[in-house]
Amino acid sequence: MAYFTFPSADLTKRPVSRSHFFSTDHKVIGRQYFFLSLAAVLVGAWLSLLMRIHLVWPNLTLPLVGEIKPENYLAQLTMHGTLMVFFVLSTVPQSGFGTFFLPLQLGASNMAFPRLTATGFWTALLSFFVLMAAFFVPGGASGAGWTQYPPLSALASAGPGQGLGTDLWLVSIGLFCLSSLMSAVGFVVTTLRHRAPGMTWLRMPLTCWSWFVTSILILLAFGILLAAVISLMLDRHAGTSFFIPGGLLVSGKVIDHAGGSPLMWQHLFWFFGHPEVYIAVLPAMGVTSHLLSVFARKPVFGYKAMVGATLAIGALGFMVWGHHMFVSGMNPYAGFAFSTLTTAIAVPSAIKTFNWVATLYRGKIRYATPLLFSAGFVSLFITGGLTGPILAQPALDIYLHDTYFVVAHFHLIMAMAGLFAIFSATYFWFPKMFGRMMDENLGRLHFWITLLGAYATFMPMHLLGIAGHPRRYSELTGVQYVTAMAPLQKFVTVAAIVTLVGQLIFLLNLFWSIRKGAAAEANPWGCGTLEWTLASPAPLKGFVERQIQVNHGPYEYNIAGAEKDFIMQDAPAS
Amino acid sequence: MSTAMRLALLVVVVGCAYLFLAHPYWFPAGASATSDSIDRQFRIAFWVFGALFVLGHLVLIYVLSKRPHADGKIPSGSWRLEITWTLAITVIFFWFNISGEHLWSRMMPAEREAGQIEIEVTGAQFQWYFRYPGADGVFGRTDAQKFAKPSEGNPLGIDPGDPAGRDDILATAMVVPVGRDIQLHLRAQDVVHSLFIPAMRFKQDTVPGMEIHSHFTPTQIGNYEIACAELCGMGHYRMRALVRVVSKDDFEKWIKAQEAAASR
Repeated sequence: MAYFTFPSADLTKRPVSRSHFFSTDHKVIGRQYFFLSLAAVLVGAWLSLLMRIHLVWPNLTLPLVGEIKPENYLAQLTMHGTLMVFFVLSTVPQSGFGTFFLPLQLGASNMAFPRLTATGFWTALLSFFVLMAAFFVPGGASGAGWTQYPPLSALASAGPGQGLGTDLWLVSIGLFCLSSLMSAVGFVVTTLRHRAPGMTWLRMPLTCWSWFVTSILILLAFGILLAAVISLMLDRHAGTSFFIPGGLLVSGKVIDHAGGSPLMWQHLFWFFGHPEVYIAVLPAMGVTSHLLSVFARKPVFGYKAMVGATLAIGALGFMVWGHHMFVSGMNPYAGFAFSTLTTAIAVPSAIKTFNWVATLYRGKIRYATPLLFSAGFVSLFITGGLTGPILAQPALDIYLHDTYFVVAHFHLIMAMAGLFAIFSATYFWFPKMFGRMMDENLGRLHFWITLLGAYATFMPMHLLGIAGHPRRYSELTGVQYVTAMAPLQKFVTVAAIVTLVGQLIFLLNLFWSIRKGAAAEANPWGCGTLEWTLASPAPLKGFVERQIQVNHGPYEYNIAGAEKDFIMQDAPAS
Repeated sequence: MSTAMRLALLVVVVGCAYLFLAHPYWFPAGASATSDSIDRQFRIAFWVFGALFVLGHLVLIYVLSKRPHADGKIPSGSWRLEITWTLAITVIFFWFNISGEHLWSRMMPAEREAGQIEIEVTGAQFQWYFRYPGADGVFGRTDAQKFAKPSEGNPLGIDPGDPAGRDDILATAMVVPVGRDIQLHLRAQDVVHSLFIPAMRFKQDTVPGMEIHSHFTPTQIGNYEIACAELCGMGHYRMRALVRVVSKDDFEKWIKAQEAAASR
């Protein structure tokens, strides 16, 4: 078993204080990603609060914030989207929990390339600082949206924030691509090569399957985005014309470019951007499958169907990007293909939903906070998912595209469902990560507010979209029929404020529990996967000095004749 | 806790159902030849997927209320069930998909009919321009980089040397006759914009470097707002214009008056 020991294992002998910083230990890096995402989500949520307040009370000047001009609003929405999509939804479920728990669940002593994994984190942190710096440069942060469509994003003269702010955005995202690629290589190789003896493919927890498939998506998708942002950077500063066509006149200035295609950016961006949705949501699905089984004290219903659905979503995820482009000027014939392929990807998503519900059926359900958030995930996934086949039809998408209907759809299915999985994973794995339990009462209170708040915030947005309210409007006064929707926008803002304030309960619980929470046992939830064979918090040495032999599947709950209501994966074969 | 969870989900279902049935905001009245069939397709979607939403949550509430089997039997899967529900949902999704594809093909006819009204639409930060080809039926050549002078009434840069451009009519509202097929040539001068006419159920991006053809047929006389639906910069939220749908006679009169003004 020589390959279970890594050079990095030496680091575990260092004092904890030093190894907690520049460490190549996956547990340290996983926690570092966790706190990076926490910082990003705080900024992102703060920005959404500012935007919601500005939309409905445009004349209100907040202390420390000052007047919000249209360009400030656009910078806020761009940064909100970028932070949430890249630094929260694609970071903490995969690089955060994945880096911490993939090796532990597979029985490996570390990630396959510890230094590469560590470099990945430090690159992500750098990328985060570069992005934040954009707030402080002349012109402010980019205002072209997280999708950065050229020529708006390609020309400094197209608006404030389109100068240095956009350069920093591109550099930041380029670094983030590199970071994700470095991290993903470790995931793939760890899964392929460093599973403990007996950890066959079909004994892997569904979390590991999700992290594995997601890391393949990252390897295929982020390379494309990296190429795209480099090309855009060259268009801006090296005189190339990948995305800038001839004949442009911007703010009265002649643009000296010719031959580029704005649509090419959209194709490249969404070829990355749609798999990106699954990069965010597949780990969330894995966590949900895992936790529903643990807390229903039942095996995952249809484990093999779940694995198959994960693989199908991963493969189909690369064939549906054109559904973001039905109104872009793409050939209408392409609409037929992308519509049908998008409908096809709804099928494995539905299979997962059926199996989650069946996993809960007749279980001995323990209503702990992680279960509440996982059940909430299923609810939000149903709600957000069912508008997918509607938006997949060009005939209907023509009207709904770029309205609040789309905002409602992706916030429910990606942002809220993703967030619920992040919360459930945090409450669930907190003892293994920090050695203490989070407070259950605060956890439940947090759940009720967040569930009802998420619905109250995002459901009414469907109606705004149906009534034709375009997204990314900084004021409601420019178009009359939009002005008429101010009352419902007010309701949404109030709901958003209540929901955001409710998140303070989570922060309080998190930081209080890190210091003062009740000490956690090794296996407080009675879970059968390998990370729970270690003490809480997971000792730095992990599985370095232990031989593991896996004899059981990951979800053996309430097996007849067993001693307890679960069987550890490394328990002796019966 | 089980009761609280089921109650919360019930509140969600009832709340959402109430919101959508009361729907304080909804589609504006349709005013184009395709708006009825699009609205019908959306109504089907609303009822089918609305029913799946309610059903899905009722099933979720139901499974949360079921106690374990008394005999301790624990099911871990059933291929029969997997195949049944996969086929069922596939049939629903693809039936809906195919009906949508039919509608899409009716909306996007491959052949252009003759005798349509031709209008060129140009998006520029943060203004829409509508150009009619005039009596000769031909749009004059444009070169925004060379000739565009908004202050001199030539924001699109129509080439003064091109005779076809002399009778072109430029307007800041889209005036169209009721009942005629309107063929749009969509262009953009600087960044990507999107021409969104909610009442016509019409939306099409205007992309620099491309001329995109699209069409609609207005069926109701009246004024309808145009909004920009693709983020185009600071003034995106106020890039508004009007479609004025008028009778055939009024349209002829308007065109005549514009031609007279243009030739002066």
